[in-house]
Amino acid sequence: MPDRRMVSVIVNGRGVERAVEPRLLLSDFLRHELGLTGTHVGCEHGVCGACTVLVDDQPARSCLMLTVQADGASVTTVEGLASSPEKLHPVQQAFWDAHGLQCGFCTAGMLITTVALLREHGAPSDADIRAALSGNLCRCTGYQNIVKAVRLAAERTNGRV
Amino acid sequence: MAGFSATRRNEDPRLLLGMGTFVDDVEPAGVLHAAILRSPYGHARIRSIDVSQARAHPAVHAVYTASDLGEFNQPAPLVVPHPNLTHGRTQRPLAVDKVCFIGEAVAMVVADDRYVAEDAVDMIEVDWEPLPAVVDFRAAAAEGQALVHDDVPRNTAARVVQVVGRPEQAFAQAAHVFTEELFIERSCGSPIEARGVVAVFDARQRSLRMWDNTQAPLTIKNGLANMLGLPEFSVDVISPDVGGGFGTKIMMFYAEEVLVPWAAVQLGRPVKWTEDRREHFISANQERGQSHIARVAVDAEGQILAIEDVFVHDTGAYTPYGMVVPIITVTQLPGPYKVPNYRSEFTVVYTNTPCVSPYRGAGRPHACFVMERLIDRIARELHLEPNEVRRRNFVQPDEFPWDVGLPFQDGAPTMYDSGNYPAGLALAEETIDAAAFRAEQSAARKDGRYLGLGFAAYVEGTGIGPYEGAHVRVEPSGQVFAATGLTSQGQGHHTSFAQIVARELGCDPAHVTVVTGDTGRFNWGAGTYASRALVTAGNAFGLAAAAVREKVLRLAAELLEVSPGDLELRDGKAMVRGAPGRELSLGALATAANPIRYAYGKEASQAALRLVKPREGAVLSGGEEPGLEAQRFFAPERATWASGQHAAVIEVDPQTGDVRFLRYVVVHDCGTLINPTIVEGQIHGGVAQGIGGALYERLQFDDNGQLVNASFMDFLMPTAMEIPDIEVVHLETPSPLNPLGVKGVGEAGTIPVAALVAEAVEDALAPFNVRVREMPLSPARIRELLEQSV
Repeated sequence: MPDRRMVSVIVNGRGVERAVEPRLLLSDFLRHELGLTGTHVGCEHGVCGACTVLVDDQPARSCLMLTVQADGASVTTVEGLASSPEKLHPVQQAFWDAHGLQCGFCTAGMLITTVALLREHGAPSDADIRAALSGNLCRCTGYQNIVKAVRLAAERTNGRV
Repeated sequence: MAGFSATRRNEDPRLLLGMGTFVDDVEPAGVLHAAILRSPYGHARIRSIDVSQARAHPAVHAVYTASDLGEFNQPAPLVVPHPNLTHGRTQRPLAVDKVCFIGEAVAMVVADDRYVAEDAVDMIEVDWEPLPAVVDFRAAAAEGQALVHDDVPRNTAARVVQVVGRPEQAFAQAAHVFTEELFIERSCGSPIEARGVVAVFDARQRSLRMWDNTQAPLTIKNGLANMLGLPEFSVDVISPDVGGGFGTKIMMFYAEEVLVPWAAVQLGRPVKWTEDRREHFISANQERGQSHIARVAVDAEGQILAIEDVFVHDTGAYTPYGMVVPIITVTQLPGPYKVPNYRSEFTVVYTNTPCVSPYRGAGRPHACFVMERLIDRIARELHLEPNEVRRRNFVQPDEFPWDVGLPFQDGAPTMYDSGNYPAGLALAEETIDAAAFRAEQSAARKDGRYLGLGFAAYVEGTGIGPYEGAHVRVEPSGQVFAATGLTSQGQGHHTSFAQIVARELGCDPAHVTVVTGDTGRFNWGAGTYASRALVTAGNAFGLAAAAVREKVLRLAAELLEVSPGDLELRDGKAMVRGAPGRELSLGALATAANPIRYAYGKEASQAALRLVKPREGAVLSGGEEPGLEAQRFFAPERATWASGQHAAVIEVDPQTGDVRFLRYVVVHDCGTLINPTIVEGQIHGGVAQGIGGALYERLQFDDNGQLVNASFMDFLMPTAMEIPDIEVVHLETPSPLNPLGVKGVGEAGTIPVAALVAEAVEDALAPFNVRVREMPLSPARIRELLEQSV
């Protein structure tokens, strides 16, 4: 039997305890052990940003992190943003209103990156927005409406995200 | 009936909430995981394979090599055969004896989880005999080159010559003849979601259900049924939410689309395979890669008399898609211009690189690059502005239908249906303020800044057949369900199609649920490719919804005791004009359309009691069918032709070779707009991919066929930092070829970008006399061009 370690993680506000293989990626743990498939994996080498989650409120690439490294941490995934399926998070709402997504595959990473940006930066300039998003690849939108969505979210939330 | 408008997308809330269903999200109980052993060589013989160690691993369920597959390991079908494709070759699921490109599948492991499956792949021992590889396609057909396929002399799959008019005569009589040698590098679609397949075989029912992020699930379904000896009726393929396609995800068949269901049948367990990024780079299909020698004959005024274009097309290791890409290049090369005499000659060559099949643009960016480079050459030689040359050669608005004189990719004539190219170019010039640019440019040069203005014009054959279909049904809840056979990879089909249905039925598009890519829901059609979905399926939805509308009006007229002409459909109801309150909801009508005297739910059961009257004799007679539903098909007679003109102002830094966009303007005409926001989004994404192809993206193979930049770290796709604001202006010249008047838009944005960048870079660096003859233009390459020019 492979070696397993106990980890205890808070995921979207709920405590989770599991025995996992030390080599299990955090992205695979979230997706396949917890069924939180909203976090997507685009490259498994930390470039595309699709798998971005918040680890202790900081954006992190869940494909570059082992689950055991998240022991004791608090993780927020895209599923943890909206208070209910009927009430989108303001950043999600802005992406809907501004057509900030097409295929929806990079979207979770974009949303999480935006939440992290707006928590640091209540009123980012377009240059700030583009710089913040530059670690997240999108192949569908040419980033036009993503930048627009982030601007809209910033205007609407005014630093309270 | 009201028109169409920008509407928020129906598919977005679930995607935003993380509740989409992508292939890797599908996790059937008891699923096993597959991993593929791929060739590490561009070209090598397989002396032997030893899988004993992998098979002995306690968590491994099966290891398959070509010999284990036996008769099942057949070459894939050649999807688009052509009489001139004399030496077409397609790949087998698993390589036998020899591999022809890195990434070619050699063995498959099925194990308890993906980690173990990958461990076991590393335990397979292959005794390889590396062979010399053919990588530079320009030399592939030369004497003495290694052979990709032993039975294909000179690595030549096809040589095709096509002639329109009398080019020889025109060249002999021309005032000027100019020649350009041009080169376009290999690139790839790179959707952010890689490929994936999940197959579940039910041994009791002998039925197969497969999730596959293909762009053509119906074709995969019917082919698989044949291969596995199952009735088509017992195989379902579902292409769920798909994370981008761009052409890469259509292939009949990728190895895994055959191997994974095979293993599921053999093992009686669900099997899943998810591609990783490195695998995607080396095993998924790629495109671009052409080398042209183009000659143009013009009169003294710059009017084009003839073009001769001789090119080599790199098809990679196999020809799964026949010659679709070079045929598109040939037929689209004249673009929006009148080319009365045209000779085209192309050679399709094999190389030891991954297979080539259409990637967004599909032969068109190459064609546009060649044509627009010729326009620029004419302009320079005759001391004209390039746009003046464009204007002198455009097909005029009163000259449609315009016949290019060659058969298009679908075999029908290449005949443009409608457009207004001079108006589009004028609009592009006006929007970017071309008139003021030269003053701005010379002022900037005084400050040591090099600005350039570039334009490019293109046409795009879209919306080809054979056909697509649609099914529309109103439920007693008033909700409308609509299904088609083709798929969505982000194009917003769940919204555009809903808008088309909603307009006919007079309801809110948000109340129309569209299902795509599920063969169990709709069983006929071809797939999403070639910018055809809106034209084919969109019109089928229009026809099916119109048929339902007619049923709604007939039934409502009967129940409300008025004539159908007195009714209007609005707000989800059939209303008697001028008689407020005399109305029936679509839901109530759906209930009444089912002649059963009960229904479920409060409103429906009341409607059933109130509206379903006892009837004498059979409740359905004379071919009547229950329900408010209809199925219709649309088969276009030939392609519709979208068009556009892009314009940009760039700045080139001669010190670093860096190119920056200061403005980017798109004038685009795709006929009737269903949802302008979605259309703009498609254009934005296309332009971004075009910018990638023009400045950054190049797959770099070494002499052995090894891809040396197989990661997102090294294959540079543009980020939010590289893509400028894109200003989109719409022209609407409806197509006369379909009821909605629509044309496709999926690929358009990508087509002219490389051509435009070439013109703009030359313009910016005019003081250095730089000539652009290739794509992409990396900063290092721009520096080299500057050094050569001095």
